Amino acid sequence: MGSIKLLLEKAHVEGIRYYDVYRREGGYRSVEKALKTMSPETIVEEVKKSGLRGRGGAGFPAGMKWSFIAKPEGVPRHLVCNADESEPGTFKDRYLMEFIPHLLIEGLIVSSFALGSNDTYIYIRGEYAWIVDILEQAIIEAKNNGWLGKNILGSGFDCNIHVQRGAGAYICGEETALIESLEGKRGNPRIKPPFPAVQGLWMRPTVVNNVETLAAVVPIINMGGEEYAKIGVGRSTGTKLISACGNINKPGVYEIDMTISVEEFIYSDEYCGGIANGKRLKACIPGGSSVPILPANLLLKTAKGETRFMNYESLSDGGFASGSMMGSGGFIVLDEDQCVVKNTYTLARFYRHESCGQCSPCREGTGWMEKILWNIESGKGKMSDIDLLWDVQSKIEGNTICPLGDAAAWPVAAAIRHFRDEFEWHITNKEEAQKRNFGLAHYANPIHVPA
Amino acid sequence: MSETLFKVTIDNIVIEVPAGTTILNAARKIGGEVAPPTMCYYSKLEGSGGKCRTCLVEVSKGSEKDPRPMPKLVASCRTTVMDGMEVKNITSERVLTARAGVVEFLLINHPLDCPICDQAGECYLQDLSYEHGADKSRFEFQKRTFKKVDLGDKIQLHMTRCILCYRCVLVANQLTNQREHGILDRGDHAQIATYIQKNLQNDFIGNIIDVCPVGALTDKTFRFKNRVWFTKPVDAHRDCNNPKCCGEVRLWMRGDEVYRVTGRIDEWGEVKDASNGKPGWICNECRFDKKKVSDWVIEGPTNVNRHSVISQGHYVNSVLPQETLPEVLNGRQPKLLMDIHNVSEVNKPNIELSALDRPAHSTDF
Ligand SMILES: Cc1cc2nc3c(=O)[nH]c(=O)nc-3n(C[C@H](O)[C@H](O)[C@H](O)COP(=O)(O)O)c2cc1C
Ligand code: SF4
Ligand code: SF4
Ligand code: FES
Repeated sequence: MGSIKLLLEKAHVEGIRYYDVYRREGGYRSVEKALKTMSPETIVEEVKKSGLRGRGGAGFPAGMKWSFIAKPEGVPRHLVCNADESEPGTFKDRYLMEFIPHLLIEGLIVSSFALGSNDTYIYIRGEYAWIVDILEQAIIEAKNNGWLGKNILGSGFDCNIHVQRGAGAYICGEETALIESLEGKRGNPRIKPPFPAVQGLWMRPTVVNNVETLAAVVPIINMGGEEYAKIGVGRSTGTKLISACGNINKPGVYEIDMTISVEEFIYSDEYCGGIANGKRLKACIPGGSSVPILPANLLLKTAKGETRFMNYESLSDGGFASGSMMGSGGFIVLDEDQCVVKNTYTLARFYRHESCGQCSPCREGTGWMEKILWNIESGKGKMSDIDLLWDVQSKIEGNTICPLGDAAAWPVAAAIRHFRDEFEWHITNKEEAQKRNFGLAHYANPIHVPA
Repeated sequence: MSETLFKVTIDNIVIEVPAGTTILNAARKIGGEVAPPTMCYYSKLEGSGGKCRTCLVEVSKGSEKDPRPMPKLVASCRTTVMDGMEVKNITSERVLTARAGVVEFLLINHPLDCPICDQAGECYLQDLSYEHGADKSRFEFQKRTFKKVDLGDKIQLHMTRCILCYRCVLVANQLTNQREHGILDRGDHAQIATYIQKNLQNDFIGNIIDVCPVGALTDKTFRFKNRVWFTKPVDAHRDCNNPKCCGEVRLWMRGDEVYRVTGRIDEWGEVKDASNGKPGWICNECRFDKKKVSDWVIEGPTNVNRHSVISQGHYVNSVLPQETLPEVLNGRQPKLLMDIHNVSEVNKPNIELSALDRPAHSTDF
């Protein structure tokens, strides 16, 4: 197992980026099936049955989200594809859009039909400038071949896809900030309710989904929701793209079915190919920079001593006390030479820089955390700083408008929770800490599990 | 049409409010300490609130139908009540902890330059810190500072004091034809700005001074002229020919001199609707140019909350001391003969006290 490919199966076919090859390889079948033989409601049903969970980070069931969309008479609805992908460690959407753009366009057409969106938007990270051209090329090709535009396949359904570039703000990946930005405003997250499903883009009912989520609609329609749900395990159905990076031999984007273990993912040659340069694994952030970092021992096995798998449930087993999250699938591996304090500082700096600044805990707290972490990292830390840092993060978490506040707090909390002795070492051995790293220490030692 | 009434319990006090009321406004109906503090919400400004997070409360019971508690604290200013909802404000440890956190966050980069701030004495951040803040700061870093900016000849922006409540942006959006200032950049480096230094011109823009909860936007015609607790607020009105202006104001007087004109602020820190039904906003002419008692019809002294520092200055029957200099000088007006800085290092002109990131010491003078 582990080698089922639904999204990237054809990614290496020569010329798959272009319409002719994509179509020859079976592309756009799902549009034919959906528009000719299915109603919007049955598509939503299929997606529900598939168990597909949002691939953007929160893992909210996609079919359920779709069924929430309000349908007031005479008000247009919109589907928005979230291609802002700015979470450090996450680069799966880029891969998908760059190499097999028609898969996304195909998914968007079917999903737009299901949701009744005649104008669908792709909001893409500004730095992905070259991908905009690729997507626009794909959209033109699709349109020229009758998959977009008016009365697609004689179904009476009209659809156009528009690509909009962001301007380099991570916060515009948060769905309501994205909507504001798409409307041409400052990208501040909105205060909810109202939720986008009721009042989103231009106050019209809107669904925002991740690139991978919408691409996954293609195999779901082709094979049927139930078949799709048989892949994977439990509530982690289908396949998931993982962007693996850090100290591994083979960084890259991998499509996994969610039955493989974390250990297999890191060490097998099919995926990461083990830790680079013969080093040992120290820690890992398994789901993009916002999710809790885990030491090697808690990464490979849960606190109960069970094997940890690459799926939503298993990665979060143990809650935040001893688990983490699947998040967006940005898998960041740290070897024994990496410094957790430095790493935490780097992340704190990122969140400080990316906070929109609307709410006080996030605006002020992220900057404060960065400053304290810099002190510890640069040999100016005090023992009381660790508790202070803990307290500051706890006062941000849960008290903000959008989850960026939580995303800034969690990495700090997890680093202190699991690597407190490394922080303390930085403070008690200031000079040494400027010259060498704490190293692996006991972070890979097996954890004693009470019988 | 009979309104649907929802029963809500806030800090064990039951009240019935119309459906659609926010928790905050329900709590304000009860009044007193049950009403959460607010720094960004302003009932007269559409879309305000939700940002400062000082009004967070705990919803321990969602509603009669769905009694589950809400997992997170919610911003009471932006959350509407449900029938049977139970809310904890000052009876919740979680709320008090979170609120103390918010106050601390609002203060870490605040200059705490109250001694030289015109807002002192009527500053909502002072009140908030006094009631919910700690007596010591845990922040040991350089504070963020900005240069002072003149937004035209009447309004000064002291960005260092700003808490980014967005109220002034909403005023410009909702009261003027064109907003000329806004929020530039993001996160802790966000700032209120006109981008390219511009004068704010609109004849209603002065209201941003009244809505600003702190001393970030102050009236230059009043700047450093007096401390607010030395002045006496008096309610007055005039026939203003600006159709949007309500013409009902508060004069801040000392003796028979009008030092400042503002809108009439109610107990929640917002301008009161006028007796003619208009919202309580006033135009720039009334605010900045009508500084003579004879410009106004005086209604009487403002009722000031007795806890307010403003009520401490009882200057009943006080008379402005006779100006004797011109008499001594045979009718000539006194002239400034020299700049003290030419001969003395007292009050070094190169040190801007308000820009210090720490308390001022004797060495700074
Ligand atoms: C700060 C922040 C940044 C986010 N960035 C992204 C992003 O780049 N791409 C994305 O798909 N979702 C992102 N999300 C999640 C979105 O808000 C939203 O949940 C997601 O697009 C929903 O799609 P899904 O249900 O298909 O996962 C972000 C959320 C937050 C709070
Ligand atoms: S949590 Fe941070 S990013 Fe989100 S709205 Fe508040 S300040 Fe903006
Ligand atoms: S200047 Fe005043 S009113 Fe404007 S955002 Fe800052 S604190 Fe609020
Ligand atoms: S008053 Fe409610 S969040 Fe500011």
